[in-house]
Amino acid sequence: MYEHHDITFTLNGKPVSATVEARLHMADFLRHTLRLTGTHVGCEHGFCGACNVMIDGRSARSCLTLAVQADGANVETIEGLTERNAIAELQREFVARNALQCGYCTPGMLVTAAELLARGKPTRAHIREALSGNYCRCTGYQAIVDAIEAVAARQPDAKP
Amino acid sequence: MNDSGGWIGRSRPRREAERLAEGRGRYTDDLEVANVGYLAFLRSPHPHARIRRIDGAAARKSPGVIAVVTGDDLAAICKPWQTQLALFPGHSSPPQYPLARGEVCWQGEAVAAVVAVTRAQAEDVVELIEVEWEELPAVPNLGVAAAAGGSAYHSAKPNNLGLDHTFVAGDPDQAFADAAVVVEHDFAFERQTGVTLEPRVIVADFDPRLRQLTIHHSHQVPHQMRDIFAAQLGLPLSHVRVVAPDVGGAFGMKLSAYPDELATAAIAVLLGRPVKFSADRLESFVSDVHAREAKVRGRLAVDADGRLMAMEVSAVSGFGAYANYPRGSIGEGLQTIHMSAAAYRLPNFRGQVRGYFQNKPPSGVLRGVGQPIATTVTEQLLDLAARKLGIDPAELRRRNYAEAAHPDAKSVGGIALGKLSLDRCHDRLMELMDYDGLRRQQVELRKGGVYRGVGLAVFVEQTAVGPSLYGSMQVRVSANEACRLTLEPDGSIRCETSITDQGQGTRTALTQIVAQELGLEPDLVEIVSGDTATAPMGGGAWASRGVALGGEAALRASRKLKLNILKIAASMLQADASALRLESGSILNTAGLAQMKLADVASAAFYRSHLVPLDELPPLEIVESFAPRDIPYVAANGIQAAHVEVDPGLGTIRVLGFWVVEDCGRVINPLLVDEQIRGGVVHGIGSALYEQCIYSAEGQIENGSLMDYLVPMAGEMPDIRIAHIETPTPATALGSRGVGEAGTVAAGAAIWTAVNDALSSFGATVTSQPITPEHVLDCIDRSREQDR
Repeated sequence: MYEHHDITFTLNGKPVSATVEARLHMADFLRHTLRLTGTHVGCEHGFCGACNVMIDGRSARSCLTLAVQADGANVETIEGLTERNAIAELQREFVARNALQCGYCTPGMLVTAAELLARGKPTRAHIREALSGNYCRCTGYQAIVDAIEAVAARQPDAKP
Repeated sequence: MNDSGGWIGRSRPRREAERLAEGRGRYTDDLEVANVGYLAFLRSPHPHARIRRIDGAAARKSPGVIAVVTGDDLAAICKPWQTQLALFPGHSSPPQYPLARGEVCWQGEAVAAVVAVTRAQAEDVVELIEVEWEELPAVPNLGVAAAAGGSAYHSAKPNNLGLDHTFVAGDPDQAFADAAVVVEHDFAFERQTGVTLEPRVIVADFDPRLRQLTIHHSHQVPHQMRDIFAAQLGLPLSHVRVVAPDVGGAFGMKLSAYPDELATAAIAVLLGRPVKFSADRLESFVSDVHAREAKVRGRLAVDADGRLMAMEVSAVSGFGAYANYPRGSIGEGLQTIHMSAAAYRLPNFRGQVRGYFQNKPPSGVLRGVGQPIATTVTEQLLDLAARKLGIDPAELRRRNYAEAAHPDAKSVGGIALGKLSLDRCHDRLMELMDYDGLRRQQVELRKGGVYRGVGLAVFVEQTAVGPSLYGSMQVRVSANEACRLTLEPDGSIRCETSITDQGQGTRTALTQIVAQELGLEPDLVEIVSGDTATAPMGGGAWASRGVALGGEAALRASRKLKLNILKIAASMLQADASALRLESGSILNTAGLAQMKLADVASAAFYRSHLVPLDELPPLEIVESFAPRDIPYVAANGIQAAHVEVDPGLGTIRVLGFWVVEDCGRVINPLLVDEQIRGGVVHGIGSALYEQCIYSAEGQIENGSLMDYLVPMAGEMPDIRIAHIETPTPATALGSRGVGEAGTVAAGAAIWTAVNDALSSFGATVTSQPITPEHVLDCIDRSREQDR
């Protein structure tokens, strides 16, 4: 009854082929079809950031991205980023500072943080600004900012 | 480790944090359930209407549909329920059904359900259900609901009144007549809601052969819900199991028995198969409990030295369409009155609160329950009096703190204070924030047209609430917290607790308490919680009780288990048990030499008990339950301060700094305690500056999305500095008080006093929260007009 499409893309370093309903969004596709439940759904309208994943190296709302848009893309979720140790330092700092309580926002938060750190060495104000698309209702944000700042502090300064 | 084996008082990260940070959390929606049917609800588009007819014929024929269910279909399976509070018989609304029957009373009330193979199919099909509505007059607005002679929110009710409560102490009228200064102010608090990032989710699985119901539920109180599911569905308690897996935020919102969740369980019974309901964000806004809606008028009488003489608080509280089940909706209004001025010496008081039902979602629990309102009203009135008297606001507070030196001390509102530390918290705060320095800077900057404000908010809060609250209301909410502690055959410890943990860190704190008492590493203590099949009976997570009560139960169980372990060890070592102690997983003699390992005691007791030379083998599994039975709760106290800058041209408010000095008694894990406070503070800031459920006069929500309902974001939040005073409560051996709500109880009040301090040179004082830029500009304009 609904239109379907065949897609092929890279998910966490491995090729995936699937036939998906045109209207299926990527968060549901990841969570319910592929059973990667580390990506969370908080609002399904693009504001809370809990569903952030990496698409071609950029953070993206998987609830606003259709599964068909993954065709040909390189998608990474919290599971893949964890497995290839891409965010191990961030995860260590988050845990050490209790920068998560219920943990629901954390995977999306880590994706945003990883993208921010990949762009260079952010200031504290810059970190707060960059996190403003990721809601956290438990922590009050400070420990999250501290954790990202601690990892940033160990990054080499940007070349002049 | 320090000399005493010091796991208590040490910052330790949470064990589950690693798993959650790797995306390996298991929230209710993550669970894979074979043959599950997905639920979607048809919700009322009207705030008040009669249901004339529901036609599900077209819906039933749609692809993927398993069932279309109405209230009538569930009538034989699920009994209706009605909140009844023995001490407040007037707080009752008509019987409630899992799906509305006959009449809907708020926009968002569930009317029919579709069960389908996928969630998307279920949502599609909801649109095919035809309902014939007869709209009825709606009273969403609190002022309209309160007006005499208007329409009622429900056709079975003559009016909307659901609470009328007055409390008087001393002779307030005389004191107001004698006062040097009287100040008064109006306050409006807009509706808010919890906005947990994980919405409400429930999976109900019914085995018709065994008549066994298993519920996985994103909830705070699994034992309460087990009792309710069993009672409403007519099942023996032993046939119901409720499991709360990882929960993505709760904040009091996940304490209620929600009609759509009872409907989910009832549909599982009806169909004899598993069904799942995950609320989406829009339906969260119209079906989660709301809170805080209130209008308050406060007056304060002060003598020429700034001593408080009398206070009068008159409040109107909005309940929404039903008395929340099972706890009722009156907590917010009652706390508004009784918690007012709780931190101060005050001889005369009059409090009056009326609460009204309205055609809006039912109101319920949200972090702090009324206490944030009481604190805001009290602290703002104090500031107005200080200004009128020309006394510094910090000094005025310092002159008036309740002494609470004796254990029976009560506030004027009847709040049992116990031992407090208001003076010490105050002094520590002044130093922590450099109060005098900020005041000097404020004066300097104002010359250059920069409007900064410093706001203080002192608080006393009720934590670790005991059985007298709901027990005296005859509401089946357990206030006991229990711990079942077992020495495992390998020498590790299994700790099953009635406490539930939605990220607060209670589970980690419990491992520290047990580890300290039993002399082993916290990592050797396995914590089990959240599943009624394994967790001992008890409350769960409500009213800041995790460590204060659950920790006390764990401490008591540890001490008993220790005695039994040492008794067995002593018999085997032919020593005196009192000369032995537990440390580093070993049994030590008086010389501090290890005699045997904990694991040796365990394996002797479990596998070779014939060799243990004791007539009776003492049990290595201990259950201890604790509740404060001779006091109503354990009061905690503290003080908070906000530093803000207001742009009088734009009305915008920037929070520059925030400080908290808090006394939660004995601190088990400083890292986790501070993070509880920070999170609570940000909740309070959100209430004061951003959060509100906006309703049209007709009762339609106008901002039911996260685009339009504002929550605090990282960019606007300040760093929050925290210090502690530790006054162990004498009510328990552990000495901890609750802390989960402490931040929220006063943070909003500190924002109010800070903003109004900044606006003082305009003679303006804000009157409603959230304090939007528009409201700030209106207040400045109004005050300029008055000056003309």
